[in-house]
Amino acid sequence: MNNNQLKTMRDAFIETVYERMPENHSIFFLSADMGAPALDGLRQDFKDRFINVGIAEQNLINIATGLALEGYVVYAYGIAPFITMRCYEQIRQNLSISSQIRPLNVNLIGVGTGLSYDLSGPSHHCLEDISIMRLLPNFMVFSPSDWKLAKDFVDYSIKIKMPKYLRFDSRPLPLIYNKVNDLNLEKGFYELLKGKKVCLVSTGFMTHRALKVAKELQNVGVLDVFLLKPVDENSLFEALKKYEHIITIEEAFINSGGLDSLISKILSDHQSSIKLKRLGINDKHVFEVGDRNYLHKLNNLDEESIIKLAKVCQ
Amino acid sequence: MPNINELKKKALWVRKETLNIHRIIPETRLASSLSDVEIFVALYYGKILRFNPRNPQWEKRDRFIISKPHGAISLYPILADFGFFDKSELKRVGQKGSFLGGIPDTTVPGFETINGALGHGLGVACGIAIALKKKNSESKVFVLAGDGELFEGAVWEAIMFAAEHRLNNLILIIDNNKISMLDYCKNIIDLSPLQEKFRVFKWKVRTVDGHNIKELYKSLKELKEEKGNCPKVLLANTIKGKGVPQLENNALCHIRILKEDEIINAIKKLNEQ
Repeated sequence: MNNNQLKTMRDAFIETVYERMPENHSIFFLSADMGAPALDGLRQDFKDRFINVGIAEQNLINIATGLALEGYVVYAYGIAPFITMRCYEQIRQNLSISSQIRPLNVNLIGVGTGLSYDLSGPSHHCLEDISIMRLLPNFMVFSPSDWKLAKDFVDYSIKIKMPKYLRFDSRPLPLIYNKVNDLNLEKGFYELLKGKKVCLVSTGFMTHRALKVAKELQNVGVLDVFLLKPVDENSLFEALKKYEHIITIEEAFINSGGLDSLISKILSDHQSSIKLKRLGINDKHVFEVGDRNYLHKLNNLDEESIIKLAKVCQ
Repeated sequence: MPNINELKKKALWVRKETLNIHRIIPETRLASSLSDVEIFVALYYGKILRFNPRNPQWEKRDRFIISKPHGAISLYPILADFGFFDKSELKRVGQKGSFLGGIPDTTVPGFETINGALGHGLGVACGIAIALKKKNSESKVFVLAGDGELFEGAVWEAIMFAAEHRLNNLILIIDNNKISMLDYCKNIIDLSPLQEKFRVFKWKVRTVDGHNIKELYKSLKELKEEKGNCPKVLLANTIKGKGVPQLENNALCHIRILKEDEIINAIKKLNEQ
């Protein structure tokens, strides 16, 4: 694999689901009227196991629940803010609560996390999903940073019978994990670069930003958290404890249950003296118009701002 | 045809047991659990539903989704009577360590889904109906919903979906007791003509007196056996709080808690019937 090969997480994921469907007859794929290039073949070739429920996220979750109760592995696909927030009560009651008694293999695929849909404005931005989905008992929250991780998650998602939220960026992105051979999905994180004093801890799209920042500086670590729930907290602390400063970077609201809260909780549990800085969107919606880089700049998530902050810590 | 007189006796017993449960745990929604007694009796004692108390998850069972579980306290005695769990449990409803709570959930043997929040049952049932078709299963999916529940928008997403996917293995029963929590439904949003609404949404509609066991049995049996290519709804016209004069025709009966002496009197009156 060439790491310049740009690809969306959803296409890589759906292609692999498509490859599994001929031999695995228990897979259903549902969409709330959302498409993808990779979905065209699946829709055509598995008409009996693909359902477009229409623009109806509440019903999407309910139909998925019914199928999963009968033993099917279900993928339910939609736009990230809508597939999490429009139908949060369906997710809570029919997936989170129900799965405590009878585990259901429903995989919610949300595309367009963070500021992926930059120009569509605050209704389409998805800055709450990490917090609100992490909150739900019996749920797994997967937040890959490249399409290889997304692709590798397919077989795992079939095997692990529980509801999951898969948050995918909408943009084609280059590979990060093409040269990684010792990845353990269940650990939930990977230290991509080892540093000395400062470590950037990021998830999803922002891991690409963290790697760029680290390239500009010397000895800055980068740790990618791709399972926001559950994550192996002890191993994660073992990886973090050598640093003096941690900067969390996420395209999400901070101070409200996201990646920053997760790291803060781990540090606190270990009574650590490591200093924590949180980067993300701070308690406001983003109405400003402009591309993603511009919106990042306004919120100190751009390369320059992060470099500046990391230098202060160094 | 089952012995209708026997079924009537069962309905009377279920009503009294429901009152007894309300005495133990006054938070139970009594009025809502009395309008659907005959529906439960026809489904279970009339053997409309296929089920196996020794194996509640039996693959060949009919699925029964109770979308208004707060109003299904009256199903506790029936499930106990069939041996889903021991009858002694009925005396422990709502008590420490009991699995029978104020609103039934899937920890109760015989309950398929979690439905405390309203308006989800029909959509989940649609998913089950699709799955059963995929498995070439003969089993049917029954759903019990309240008429007040039809105010939830997600129900209509499912109504549209079921017709589009020709879910002829799906039978929705509306416990049309005409009252929600705060008022008569028609004073909140008038749903009439409900039959026409379902018809234009491409459903097969039948209407029945929801307290006439014989008619309920006949309608449910015919709906179950009918092939057709559309989902089916039975509008069961019922009286909220049926059998208890303080509750019947009382717009606020949903939240009415009966006092000890009222319960004793109500049971006495039922015994005189």
